Amino acid sequence: MIELKDLNKEFKTAKAQVSAVRNVNLTIQDGEVFGIIGFSGAGKSTLVRCINLLERPTSGSVIINGTDLMRLNGKQLRDARKRIGMIFQQFNLLSQRTVEANIRYPLEIAGVKREEADARVRELLELVDLTDKAKSYPSQLSGGQKQRVAIARALAPRPEIILCDEATSALDPITTSSILDLLKSLNEKLGVTIVVITHEMKVVEQICDRVAVMSDGEIKEEGTVRDVFLNPKSETARRLIEPAHASADAPQAENTIRLAFTGEESGAPVISDMTVKCDVMVNILSANTENIGGKAFGQMLIELPADEASQLRIKEYLDGRGIHYEEGGLHRSAQEGGDA
Amino acid sequence: MSPEMIDLLLSGTWETLYMTIVSTVIAYIFGIPLGIILYVTGEGGIRQNRIINLVVGVVVNVLRSVPFLILLVFILPFTRAVVGTTIGSTATIVPLVVAAAPYVARMVESSLKEIDGGVIEAARAMGSSTWQIIWKVFLPEAKPSLLVGATISLATILGYSAMAGFVGGGGLGAIAINYGYYRYQSDIMFITVILLVIIVQIFQEGGLKLVSKVDKRTR
Repeated sequence: MIELKDLNKEFKTAKAQVSAVRNVNLTIQDGEVFGIIGFSGAGKSTLVRCINLLERPTSGSVIINGTDLMRLNGKQLRDARKRIGMIFQQFNLLSQRTVEANIRYPLEIAGVKREEADARVRELLELVDLTDKAKSYPSQLSGGQKQRVAIARALAPRPEIILCDEATSALDPITTSSILDLLKSLNEKLGVTIVVITHEMKVVEQICDRVAVMSDGEIKEEGTVRDVFLNPKSETARRLIEPAHASADAPQAENTIRLAFTGEESGAPVISDMTVKCDVMVNILSANTENIGGKAFGQMLIELPADEASQLRIKEYLDGRGIHYEEGGLHRSAQEGGDA
Repeated sequence: MSPEMIDLLLSGTWETLYMTIVSTVIAYIFGIPLGIILYVTGEGGIRQNRIINLVVGVVVNVLRSVPFLILLVFILPFTRAVVGTTIGSTATIVPLVVAAAPYVARMVESSLKEIDGGVIEAARAMGSSTWQIIWKVFLPEAKPSLLVGATISLATILGYSAMAGFVGGGGLGAIAINYGYYRYQSDIMFITVILLVIIVQIFQEGGLKLVSKVDKRTR
């Protein structure tokens, strides 16, 4: 279990003091895939670096399985870090070592015997499906392959926790999806706790159980992915969830509602059915839906007819089908402006 | 050309190679740890320490700012104390090392600065100690750049060794000065220059070939 208590991190620059993390309190359970989402500059990378003390918090405590890392000495902290794997946006592999030597690195520094380490490396190469690349160098690999090497390296000392700092942000959508699948399967197979830092709602939707939304160094809200997705309470969450391109066009649109699909309506032609049953015309302003694991996931922003009778019929229809909707979400966010 | 002259040039070439290579090796024995200290204790280093960094930095800068010929004469008592004489090739090695080690330290420091910060962060995140980061990350990751630096250092130290010919050092520099300059034998001067150019070329080409063979970043 990871417990962050009253965590603060300040950076001193020449001109001012910057609070990158403010009063963060979070509890991440064992075996959970926990997402921390926010726009760039929100402080999420600093927060994740506080978990393994790559950044030492200015105040507060970082308690992992009951041990406060802030109280450990150098040697104890290095041992604690061996049980916390980390993967990065830029992979950060050793460029002068082969794939297998990269994976062996954490075993070497832990003093594992050569034969034992080699056996573990073979096992990990198989796990990430890179056995044929064992003797290659990082420069000969694709981005997705490099991240798989990084994952194998992080797993080598059998950690209880893996921290992912924007681990898929440098990858194309298909590779992103396969890396996320791999992480999810490792979570299920090995029971390893995964903390995912991202700015993409898609990443959270695909693998996270719970999510915290971060902005200006603070956690704005926290909950199950489903709850945050259906009822975003904070402005930041709303903006992260809504299709990126919609905001700019939003001010002209009146009477908009946001439909959220969370799997239960997969395959059903909801919009067509609605227009026929309610005898209305609607304008789809934007849609961002996809099929994840056989379920429809995503949302749609639609503009309703001006007359209130039609609007009422539509709302009744949606209520009847149990589809979650939110009125004027976009409009509101567009007027209140940014917070990141 | 007389056989004696050829013998002289051959032994001069040998002395030059001896002084240059031995001095470079010893300069690296001192320069690598100094360069690592400068980098590790510097701004944002893994063991930031302003005082150590300042002290080493000042010593390195002071030695680097003394012109080689002046340093050579200035440390003559030290040279005598170390090797028992102030003339000949072996005596030249002492001032060469004193002049080159701080230079090498800065070369090493700048090679280490090229290492991707993310890789160092990953090594720290995996629980590496300072020594493990130095041995398993810094030196192997910077190896190609360190070899380029060594190639450049070798040519620089070769140049210094020729200067030592003015004050009793051996090698091709001494031949060029004694025969070419004092006795106006410009043909000897010309040949020594050609030989020095050839040696530098061999060092340079050999060094770069080695670097491209060793570097795994581009394939």
